[in-house]
Amino acid sequence: MATIVAEATGTPILEEEHGRPFIRKYIFSTDHKTIGIQFLFMSLFFLLVGGLLALLIRYQLAWPGRPIPLGQGLPETVAPAGVMLPEFYNALVTMHGTFMVFFAIMPLLVGVYANYLIPLQIGARDMAFPRLNMASFWISVPAGLIMLASFMVEGGAAGAGWTSYAPLSARPDLSGVSLGQQMWIVSLVLLGLGSILGAVNYITTVTNMRAPGMTWFRLPLSVWSLFITAILVLLAMPVLSAAAIMLLFDQTIGTNFFLASQGGQPLLWQHLFWFFGHPEVYILILPAMGMVSEIIANGSRKPIFGYRSMVFAIIAIAFLGFIVWGHHMFQSGMNPALAMSFMISTLVIAVPSAIKVFNWMATMWEGNIHLHTPMLFAVGFVMLFVIGGLSGVYMAATPVDIFIHDTYFIVAHIHYVLFGGSLFAIFGAIYYWFPKMFGRMINPTVGKIHFALTFVLFNVTFFPMHGLGMGGMMRRIYDPEQYEHIAGMQDTNVLVSLAAIGLFATGLLFLVIFLYSLFRGKPAPANPWNATTLEWQTPSPPKHGNWKEIPVVYHGPYEYSHPAMDRDWLAQNERPDVVSPAHQPATGSTPLQKGGASE
Amino acid sequence: MTSHAATIETGVRRPERGLGVYDKKVGMWVFLCSEVMFFTGLIGSYIILRFGASSTWPMPGEVLNVPVTAVNTFILICSSMTMVKAFAAIEHGDQRGLRLFLLATAVIGALFVSVQVYEYRELIHHGFLPSSGLYGATFFTMTGFHGFHVTVGVICMLWVTARAFRGGYTLEDHQGVEVIGLYWHFVDLVWIILFTIVYLI
Repeated sequence: MATIVAEATGTPILEEEHGRPFIRKYIFSTDHKTIGIQFLFMSLFFLLVGGLLALLIRYQLAWPGRPIPLGQGLPETVAPAGVMLPEFYNALVTMHGTFMVFFAIMPLLVGVYANYLIPLQIGARDMAFPRLNMASFWISVPAGLIMLASFMVEGGAAGAGWTSYAPLSARPDLSGVSLGQQMWIVSLVLLGLGSILGAVNYITTVTNMRAPGMTWFRLPLSVWSLFITAILVLLAMPVLSAAAIMLLFDQTIGTNFFLASQGGQPLLWQHLFWFFGHPEVYILILPAMGMVSEIIANGSRKPIFGYRSMVFAIIAIAFLGFIVWGHHMFQSGMNPALAMSFMISTLVIAVPSAIKVFNWMATMWEGNIHLHTPMLFAVGFVMLFVIGGLSGVYMAATPVDIFIHDTYFIVAHIHYVLFGGSLFAIFGAIYYWFPKMFGRMINPTVGKIHFALTFVLFNVTFFPMHGLGMGGMMRRIYDPEQYEHIAGMQDTNVLVSLAAIGLFATGLLFLVIFLYSLFRGKPAPANPWNATTLEWQTPSPPKHGNWKEIPVVYHGPYEYSHPAMDRDWLAQNERPDVVSPAHQPATGSTPLQKGGASE
Repeated sequence: MTSHAATIETGVRRPERGLGVYDKKVGMWVFLCSEVMFFTGLIGSYIILRFGASSTWPMPGEVLNVPVTAVNTFILICSSMTMVKAFAAIEHGDQRGLRLFLLATAVIGALFVSVQVYEYRELIHHGFLPSSGLYGATFFTMTGFHGFHVTVGVICMLWVTARAFRGGYTLEDHQGVEVIGLYWHFVDLVWIILFTIVYLI
């Protein structure tokens, strides 16, 4: 009964849409596609902000104590005569991490693609709760603005690291930052609320609104990964909110949850933060893996290898993600027996991760490989994720971790999985779904140039950091020349910074490509990549309501090179006997097959 | 473009079977999972802080007025009962019963919050504040967030009640009543746990 209600409410959306005022259509829109695109613009802006902060960090590390170019305009409290103060450097490191994790990568994956892809790929007209969806975006925007505004307040932005370890973060007199830290907390609590609302929406939509024939094991892997990610957001975010609120009370109303001097427990913050923080790591990589699976199957013109094992690997990674948080705390003086159990559970994650990597390689094996721009980024993702995953195994082993803890080795690892991993997948996804989102193509040549530059400069920037870390360079050091053993590696730091400047410039090039294609790109056909999933079976860009008729799904998501077909792809809503009538009709007579292919 | 819209009417295909439960109910269940994790964060911290505390923890009744809160707990449980009665009423199409019991639920919920405000005032008057050691910090944070949830519940309950008075719920369609009921019972359940661990143990 309820299903009929849902169907009926899906219809009037299309009629309403035309003649709506601009503000309802593009700003306070409840259409999942518009909200996805809004998230895209928001998070690309914060990606730029985060990149700019990284550039300042790299400048200081390569040329410590020299005035920042164009930095004369900075206020005295931040950089007198253009030379940045250590406090400002702390704020830069903190805010770079915070912006990138919470306001760039996370919304790019979850905000943009969960919103845009889920209804289109499962064959629904919109999300289950469109207004809640709009609220989730309009909560995220003020959250980001509060975070940004914290640079302007007295004492500057939060400077206790993106992990905000107590007591440094709990007592303003220790860090010299009070209002900035409080704004950091308020912003993250708001963002958490927005993310939870989004997650409720995604989970309900995938559970209840799949098109006829779209069984769980016919869902594209991108939907699977976004669904599991939504569960992680749902269960991990509220723990951060609870912890952050306790931290806020420590800052403002004189409680002492995390202050040892008055009976509180600073380590409690670490436990709560990492109980959220480790699932968060998978929130940032699982959707990337899902989208890479889409692109690799498409670029190899083969069904994904081991579809079910891919699904179970996603579920296994998500589950294990909740029981490994202690591996961030090996140095906190925990019981070695406990460290051992965290070490083992962490190493176990290598198994499902390896299953995914081998499945991607097996998908490409003997495939008819099309190296279009999204495919290049997807293959780049697999390569860099393997490097990042292997350095992760080093850190999971307690004895090794105790040596490399809080060094640049960690920085190298996190950037190999978050930039080389997540961001490469995001670039791939932007190139892949851009024609669908905006109805225009991105020039493949400039896309490939962007890939080549990013790939090379990324490795030059981050690979040497492994060595810096092994050499003993601390993760949050302000002036690497102050210690003899690090000063000897200063040439490497200069090289890294030069490459980082190049990488940032490449990012600007991408922005130019993106904006140019938005207005001047060639008009895109409905299915430029000859892809099989449902979103390509509707016009580019899809209209409000997505479909003329809700599609009927006949088979799994990756029917490339189907033997019964003349062309090398078979869409999820097509039957081979209808598309290629020369072939024998299917013998089945289930109600679904009687329905006929839509469109 | 209007002809475009007309063709959609033919799309009466049913979606793939989901949970067999309507969207709003699924959404509320999913949201409550998130709420469970929020309170787990607070209660878990309380347990760790309490057992790790070096100084002795006050005995039950030493600081807090247990009898008043015991009565208040009874009041909140009554509101859950009226909520059940409201849902049972609309299940039988009884509009008058629905309105009466929804209003009663909202009023009793508001009464609970009022007693809690009275309790806070008394405690603060006697110099017991959130800054009064870990005991004060955990007490005010946990009960405060619960009180906040009840307050939000009362506001939503008033909204549902107003809709019920305009005849917004019928025997066939009363999803809103069931969904707010889920939230209400959840918040009630959290209080029973909090009352036990904060006041009685």
